[in-house]
Amino acid sequence: MDIFLQQIINGLTLGSVYAVVALGYTMVYGIVQLINFAHGEVVMVGAMVGLSVIGALAASSGLPPLVVVLAGAMSAVPVCMAVGYTMERVAYRPLRGAPRLAPLITAIGISIILQQVAMLVWSRNPLSFPQIVANPVFEVAGAHVSAVQIAIVSVSVLMMAVLTLIVYRTRLGVAMRATSENAQMAGLMGVNVNQVIAATFVIGAALAAIAGVMIGTYYGIAHYKMGALLGMKAFAAAVLGGIGNLAGAMLGGILLGVVEALGTGYIGELTDLCHIDWISTSLAQRCAEDGHVVVFGSNYQDVFAFVVLILVLVFRPSGLLGERVGDRA
Amino acid sequence: MSLLRVESLKISYGGINAVKGIDLEVAQGEMVALIGANGAGKTTTLKAICGVMKPAAGKVHYQGRDITALPSHVLVTMGMALVPEGRGIFGRLTVEENLDIGAYTRRDKAATRAQLAHVYEMFPRLKERRNQTAGTMSGGEQQMLAIGRALMSAPRLLLLDEPSMGLAPLMVQRIFDTIRRVAAEGVTVLLVEQNAKLALESSARGYVMESGKITLSDTAPALLDNPQVRQAYLGE
Ligand SMILES: Nc1ncnc2c1ncn2[C@@H]1O[C@H](COP(=O)(O)OP(=O)(O)O)[C@@H](O)[C@H]1O
Ligand SMILES: [Mg+2]
Repeated sequence: MDIFLQQIINGLTLGSVYAVVALGYTMVYGIVQLINFAHGEVVMVGAMVGLSVIGALAASSGLPPLVVVLAGAMSAVPVCMAVGYTMERVAYRPLRGAPRLAPLITAIGISIILQQVAMLVWSRNPLSFPQIVANPVFEVAGAHVSAVQIAIVSVSVLMMAVLTLIVYRTRLGVAMRATSENAQMAGLMGVNVNQVIAATFVIGAALAAIAGVMIGTYYGIAHYKMGALLGMKAFAAAVLGGIGNLAGAMLGGILLGVVEALGTGYIGELTDLCHIDWISTSLAQRCAEDGHVVVFGSNYQDVFAFVVLILVLVFRPSGLLGERVGDRA
Repeated sequence: MSLLRVESLKISYGGINAVKGIDLEVAQGEMVALIGANGAGKTTTLKAICGVMKPAAGKVHYQGRDITALPSHVLVTMGMALVPEGRGIFGRLTVEENLDIGAYTRRDKAATRAQLAHVYEMFPRLKERRNQTAGTMSGGEQQMLAIGRALMSAPRLLLLDEPSMGLAPLMVQRIFDTIRRVAAEGVTVLLVEQNAKLALESSARGYVMESGKITLSDTAPALLDNPQVRQAYLGE
């Protein structure tokens, strides 16, 4: 099996989900200069709702599997939209114009609340994705691609395309871009700025809902704590691309997914001390016995996103496609 | 009856009183100038009229209604449009998107398209650059865009804040020609300017503002003849 190609395929799959989640961070930042750290929890809520509905329907309804998955996604979307709207309306709107630290702390508070509520509703036990959809695996040039992977990449690309159309081709999109540039002036054009900001949160939450269902389907599992890490990774992706920049979030998400997959695929090999077993006789002996003495194994998977985040913040804080960073971050 | 009536308006920034109780009136179809030195409180007055700032005291009446508490996006639907100081164009949007958003509250597509053609006819330069990002244009072109954008809402009352600021004399002339043309088409205009001569020559009446108060109010020809005005604002 070709590890390189295989990891590229896995990376593109996860990366396209990161990209969809990163869009939520970047849209909200673009319009209110706020990093909504609770966005990852919205993804979690989407996954939990989606998998609950899928689980219930799979057990009892006898509907075709694809319809069941679709119903799961269609239930997650309105729930997450409501969560996104409430979050903006109740927690962030009253703090508009407050010092930056206030909404940041609020975001952490919302994350904790959403996690705890999810734990109360769904318990500490993970929900599993019922094996209802056949997931044929195709072989491409020595690597494996599953139908679920193809579906995830296609749905992600479709959502990114739809979002781009909304932002660049609709009345709401023009209002969003105008508000992001100068909210007071947008108001003087007749734009109801509060509505546009709420719409931005709601659209981001809808994307998060679908992302949650996709990630739950991909890993076959969802639990109340899954949002934190996923959210941080998507945030890293948004920063990598240039926070506030839509194309940047998409690029950053996909790059991050690929970096993470390649890193995970090769880190064991790269940190195998047996490459340098001449430095000590006891090491040489262990290498002769086990074949490998690996310092960092593939369980370091989650490290790469943060290494990337730190490198970007040190060397290019405006991100790959960001224009300027100024005093905004 | 007056279209706009400002009554005992007071506005402050924190503790600083920028406008200290002014009265001002603009009749339907009239063009009125509000002149005064830098820092007199002209921009602040416009901000309170168009709903960007809440006054500390006093009232703003528009079309016979008390609009003091209304937000700017509602006032736009009532036919008020502002060309702000410094133009306030959306630099990352294209020229045409800037004009489109000027018509944001209008639902009548055909009339909006006709309005766009009218604005392009007034400013052919904007039509040439319709797909260009607005931020890349010169100051004069941006001022044309700011005026065109305000006209896209088909306003009844047009508020202009220092439209001549930072422009070359020839461009100032063109901008003022346009403003006079818009007024002649029946739009009511309240024009704030530091270029007092040009403003008064274009208007029917004028107000003079000094450190937050209206100190003079008269017909434009009378103000142009007023020795005080001549000395302080016309440089004579
Ligand atoms: N954002 C602000 N914060 C504090 N004071 C302000 C602010 N904007 C204007 N001022 C003060 O209010 C007064 C009136 O300003 P302004 O309305 O901009 O005057 P004008 O438009 O006539 O030049 C000035 O003394 C100015 O310093
Ligand atoms: Mg001013």
